[in-house]
Amino acid sequence: MTWVGDNLGLIWDQLREHLYLAILPVILGLLIAVPLGYLATRYAWLANPLIAFGGVLYSLPSIALFIVLPAILGTQVLSTINIVVALTIYTVSLLIRNVIDGLRSVPPEVRQSAIAVGFGSVRRVLTIDLPIAVPVIFAGLRVVTVANISMVSVGAVIGIGGLGELFTAGFQRDFLTPVVVGVVLSLLLALIADLVLVGLQRLLTPWARVISMVKVA
Amino acid sequence: MFEYLFDSANWSGPEGIGARIFEHIWYTAAALGLSTLIALPVGLLIGHTRRGAFLAINLGNAARALPSLGLLMLAVLLTDQIGFLPVLIALVALGIPPILTSTYAGLSGVDAATIDAARGMGMTGREILTKVEIPIAMPLIISGIRGATLYIVSTATIAALVSLGGLGRYVVDGLKLRDFPQMFSGALLVALLAILLDALFAVASRVAVSPGLRNN
Repeated sequence: MTWVGDNLGLIWDQLREHLYLAILPVILGLLIAVPLGYLATRYAWLANPLIAFGGVLYSLPSIALFIVLPAILGTQVLSTINIVVALTIYTVSLLIRNVIDGLRSVPPEVRQSAIAVGFGSVRRVLTIDLPIAVPVIFAGLRVVTVANISMVSVGAVIGIGGLGELFTAGFQRDFLTPVVVGVVLSLLLALIADLVLVGLQRLLTPWARVISMVKVA
Repeated sequence: MFEYLFDSANWSGPEGIGARIFEHIWYTAAALGLSTLIALPVGLLIGHTRRGAFLAINLGNAARALPSLGLLMLAVLLTDQIGFLPVLIALVALGIPPILTSTYAGLSGVDAATIDAARGMGMTGREILTKVEIPIAMPLIISGIRGATLYIVSTATIAALVSLGGLGRYVVDGLKLRDFPQMFSGALLVALLAILLDALFAVASRVAVSPGLRNN
């Protein structure tokens, strides 16, 4: 316990780095997956190859991706960019399926009403299609956020890994406390991130609560 | 980049690439076998009796948040030894949740009317499980084992950090020696192994679906 007190600054820095390395890819991945998913609903032949390709990318071990990426990107092996790009790839490959499923879940009559009332395609996608797809997209976001938070630690093998560095530090000195602190904080971070996403989803879909209240009444 | 991989001298011998691939597959198979041996019966029991569903669902969610590297280091420090045992413990701990959760999900997804019909035909609980529930749940059970395999294959790479063999050796040793081609070779081989195993499971899940269900 004295170790924790003595190293609060270090733990805090690593927690912040961990959060940054896990969440930035989620945001980037979402920004890439939504337009891709939209294209796949617009040009239906794109959907299956995109989902299949995503499946293959998702099966790549993270440590392998962290190492192979520098060769492709021309970055340094020990650069945080590799972690961010690798996790962004995972995010996109998993989210693409949810975005496509979500956009497909928009009832055709709703879409047609929007067109009939005079919505242009951009305004329709942003204000009608995406909000209706929110629950399905968020289901994917929750999975990928939690997975990213646990995957960042693996980066510690190549020297960048937020809380993962507590694991390697503890291991090298045969000292249990940093490892336990790292595992607990990593789990807590995942739990909090998940709760934030649940809250965000409620904020973005206020009608969902109204509908369930109407059903109860 | 590929000079390490394509140098035949690196392929033979007890520390050659051939032997490392074999070690990697052995760790994966041992951990996967043990995980399945533990998780499958428990998942079947929970799915069949519908008791303990809360455990099955939450275990799956919590396990996704578990950092594999931390788990591995924890296993080494807690067992106070280096080698196969702590790695096996960590890999099995990672392998159990996906198998348990999808086995449960597969069984609980079986239509209640189907089970009623089976019972009406005079099937015993055991017959319902083996002849109705398991065949219907088979695609999900296999997808759980598939997910566990991917987890285990990638985490077995990290096992090299705690001085075990396998393809992770190239990553860890290459990093220490600043030998990028060696690291690259290890990473590439692990990725190929993962893709290959995943493809095998894709085939297996096609074959394992009962012919009576295939046209649905």
